[in-house]
Amino acid sequence: MQNVLSLSWVIPFLPFLAFALIGLFLHRWPKISAALSILSIGVGLILSILISMIVFAGEAGFTYEVAVRWLNMPGLSVDMGLLIDPLTAVMLLVVTIVALLVQVYSLGYMHDDPGFASYYAYQSIFAGSMLGLVVANNFGQIFVFWELVGLSSYLLIGFWFGRNSAKDAAKKAFITNRIGDFGFLLGILFLQIIFGTLNYSELAGAVAGYGNTAILITVSLLLFAGPVGKSAQFPLHVWLPDAMEGPTPVSALIHAATMVAAGVYLIARAFFIFNASPETMLVIAIIGGFTALFAASIALVQNDIKRILAYSTLSQLGYMVMAMGVGAMAAGMFHLMTHAFFKSLLFLAAGSVIHALANEQDIWKMGNLHKKMPITTWTFVIGALALSGIPPLSGFWSKDEILLSALASGHTALYILGSLVAFMTAFYMFRLIFVAFFGDNKGGEQAHESPAVMTVPLIILAVLAVVAGLVGSPLMNNAFDHYITYPGAFHPAPNHSIMIISSLLAIAGIFLAWAIYQKKWVDFERIKIKMGGLYQLLYHKYYIDEIYAWLIKHFVDGTARLMEWFDLKVINGAVNGIAWLTGHLGITLRYTEDGQVQSYALYMYAGIIILLIAALCAVFTVLA
Amino acid sequence: MNYSLLAPEILATAVGMLVLILGLIFKDRARQSVGIISLLSLVAVLILVILRFTDTQVFFNGIYQVDTYANFFKALFALAAVLVILNSSQYMERFGNKKSEFYALMMFATVGMMVMASAGDLLTIYIGLELMTVSFYILTAYLLEDETSSEAGLKYLILGAISSAVLLFGMSLVFALSGTTVITQIAGQISREPALIAGVILIAAGFAFKIAAVPFHMWAPDIYQGAPTPITTYLAVGSKAAGFAALLRIFIFAIPLTQFNWSLVLAILAALTMVVGNLIALTQTNVKRMLAYSSIAQAGYILAGLAAANQYGLKGVLFYAMLYVFSNTGAFAVATAVEVNTGSTDRDAFNALGQRSPMLAAVMTICLLSLAGIPPMAGFAGKFYLFSGAIQAGYLWLAFIGLLMSMISVYYYLLVAKAMYIGSNPQTGAMTVKAPARLALWVCLLATILIGVYPALLSNWAQTAISIFM
Repeated sequence: MQNVLSLSWVIPFLPFLAFALIGLFLHRWPKISAALSILSIGVGLILSILISMIVFAGEAGFTYEVAVRWLNMPGLSVDMGLLIDPLTAVMLLVVTIVALLVQVYSLGYMHDDPGFASYYAYQSIFAGSMLGLVVANNFGQIFVFWELVGLSSYLLIGFWFGRNSAKDAAKKAFITNRIGDFGFLLGILFLQIIFGTLNYSELAGAVAGYGNTAILITVSLLLFAGPVGKSAQFPLHVWLPDAMEGPTPVSALIHAATMVAAGVYLIARAFFIFNASPETMLVIAIIGGFTALFAASIALVQNDIKRILAYSTLSQLGYMVMAMGVGAMAAGMFHLMTHAFFKSLLFLAAGSVIHALANEQDIWKMGNLHKKMPITTWTFVIGALALSGIPPLSGFWSKDEILLSALASGHTALYILGSLVAFMTAFYMFRLIFVAFFGDNKGGEQAHESPAVMTVPLIILAVLAVVAGLVGSPLMNNAFDHYITYPGAFHPAPNHSIMIISSLLAIAGIFLAWAIYQKKWVDFERIKIKMGGLYQLLYHKYYIDEIYAWLIKHFVDGTARLMEWFDLKVINGAVNGIAWLTGHLGITLRYTEDGQVQSYALYMYAGIIILLIAALCAVFTVLA
Repeated sequence: MNYSLLAPEILATAVGMLVLILGLIFKDRARQSVGIISLLSLVAVLILVILRFTDTQVFFNGIYQVDTYANFFKALFALAAVLVILNSSQYMERFGNKKSEFYALMMFATVGMMVMASAGDLLTIYIGLELMTVSFYILTAYLLEDETSSEAGLKYLILGAISSAVLLFGMSLVFALSGTTVITQIAGQISREPALIAGVILIAAGFAFKIAAVPFHMWAPDIYQGAPTPITTYLAVGSKAAGFAALLRIFIFAIPLTQFNWSLVLAILAALTMVVGNLIALTQTNVKRMLAYSSIAQAGYILAGLAAANQYGLKGVLFYAMLYVFSNTGAFAVATAVEVNTGSTDRDAFNALGQRSPMLAAVMTICLLSLAGIPPMAGFAGKFYLFSGAIQAGYLWLAFIGLLMSMISVYYYLLVAKAMYIGSNPQTGAMTVKAPARLALWVCLLATILIGVYPALLSNWAQTAISIFM
């Protein structure tokens, strides 16, 4: 069995291989390409299951690490290695399960797309990059795969590059992420300079004995910039809602298992660095909490089904980051896992609706879908219940862990904020459901249930959304916490009043949505008009995009114009001058080659004589 | 003495002669088989050398040495010969009825190179060198009906004879001063005096001709362009590496830097070579000739590592010589394919190759990027070692020139890439590439990427090889 661990490099390798094979040879046969891609991730899933069985059969502190030296020079050595511990095992499972189901689902969703084969190639490289990131044992390696994840998300978000909105969204995602990655890279360089290593376990020892708090804060904040970009935290959250321009299964993947999960995973993986500076932890907790509230409030008024889900992802990511910030790493990872299942479920179910309604995404143009699409509707409802934190579904347990940790660690304000967000979450999710699935609009008339290749993944994910929370629940003795741990972790005892309050808040949210949108006891058009200013503010996402655009237009473009002038007049002139000089030197030298053997011999002898005289003079005059 | 360690040389020589005889016996169609025999024997040589890489033996009082250093180069020559022969499958029709002699001469040239790498004695080196060079004289002029080929052969013969004379003169001076031709014994017998310096300079000049260092490079463009392209490839990667192999052994073992600072002489030659090679390459419109100048420039980079004469530099020399086999053979193999298909190696003939034959264009692009030293291709890692060595040895200016010239080289390499991907061509349709040549292309492509992504593989090997100097 132990041999399986040494095979774990195969898990990221196979999708990369599939990518290469599809890209180079197989793209002419879309079906074979898809089969290969699914096979590669399927083998990865089997291996991940085997690895998890080994890891979770062992002690809590189980680790397996191997590495080969990839680059070695004085002062810098970078390994390519594997680190398998409970944290890795959980991520491997989540990524392979979700990626596999998304790829199977895509067989139905993308079946008539002309880019079917390249879609699967991109899916493969996306999964491979994410898996490579997960098994990395050092910061150098994680950065390589981190960037690959960014690249593959660019390819997939912009998959329908014929549409301008898709092109723009892909660019926006990539550029926004670059800003975070810049900080992340600086942080990594600092680590290398200060500690002389990039290996996690070596760094963990070095950081523990390091006293300079100012530098530690700087480095950890720089590192945190990476997750802020990748996990779409405020203020770099702007790319994620636009990223839904990609095919819907891609959104499911980005929002659940890859990309945004990478940031949270990084915080967990490098938790020893963040945890070493309380100031950074506070920043993380506040940014996470703020993002959670901020995004949830935007989701309240959106009309696009995917946009609502996108803001809900932002909000839930905020939850996870907040959990990390209050020191509850395990709770954050637990929520990452349960969220991966119910959020991919919600996106795939939404995709099923969009597919059935010929790309209609406005919830007001849907309605009464539950009669035509029962499986999609009920799986969506299960996902929404899990997201709202209704017991005993998975979201309840993980959200409860986070709220509990926030309160137990003394962050009462964040606890209240979290509870408020839980209420808002339940409200906006059931607003969506009552309008789109049970509303009386006529939009859903021509809908039909999706084929089995799409509904089976939905059902599997629905089951996971129901039961996945049990592994971390008090019913199973908080087994998840027990394995995903770090030195100095605290395990607050279950608090029944928190459970009851958060459940009641969620139910209240659902009830309010039911009262307004199903029973129409309150006329929401009047609320809209009465609270016009607030509504507009939320609807326009606090005008963040507009503010960024204004800033870019005035400051970045202004600087760019200045630079352009400098570049054209000064640098270009100098460069052209040098190029001209070089070129003419080349032409002049070229005429020494006249094709005559005599002159070639002459140059040789002249060379020897000059060298000889110079050497003799140098040696004997210097000595004399 | 364990004579079985001489098996690679013996095998290659025997097969060379066998091929000559078989060429006389066999009729037309059966002659195909001699190519396969040569190829298999070279593969056998490669395997033999690699299997017994760390077995060492000194023969005949130091005249002949089998050590890790020699084995590294023998593997390099065998590998280069295999790739060249695979690639020459595209070219065979132009050789008419002289196919078997081509293989025999390839074998003899390879034996000569192996002797140069293993020789522990000045005269043995010279014998190896002549065996190699005479084979090349014939191979260069192999296209008898082609005037430029004959002209190239003649020029090479005349200039090669001059350089041999210079080399012998230098060797005789060193022999006169030390009383021995065994390399390891020379160092103890010599002292600083004008005759020694003259001898060292003459030896350096003799080898500088072989590696085409400026100002002894003038022959290279004419001969590289005139010779059949597979031969040009072998001249550029094999003959050059053999020159470096012998030069390195002589200078490091026989001439202590305390007696005469030859390192500075080589550094100046390296700088000149990099500058002139790259600047002239900039103006070329014929790809084969551009590659000839580029290979002059490449010799400059390698020479910089030798000038550094420290662990990094020497490791870099071996590392670069090996990756150069793949990258340069790959580029020349594509040039051969284009030449065979279009009859021209002008840059215009490469227009739109990206659409006509994506594989050829990809190999060309990757190999040229490697030669330019762009990561993650092998050339980047190689230049990194070479220039690190130069900086460590105090030649910061040399490393700076090297970087500057690498930058210039990107321009003319990318001109080819630009032609291949952006250029338009009235001719369309895929180019035909023979299966053996296709194999060679794949090997070059994959090795160039693999060495670049995971340099430790080759660098450990090079490290073991240069351990004899440390």
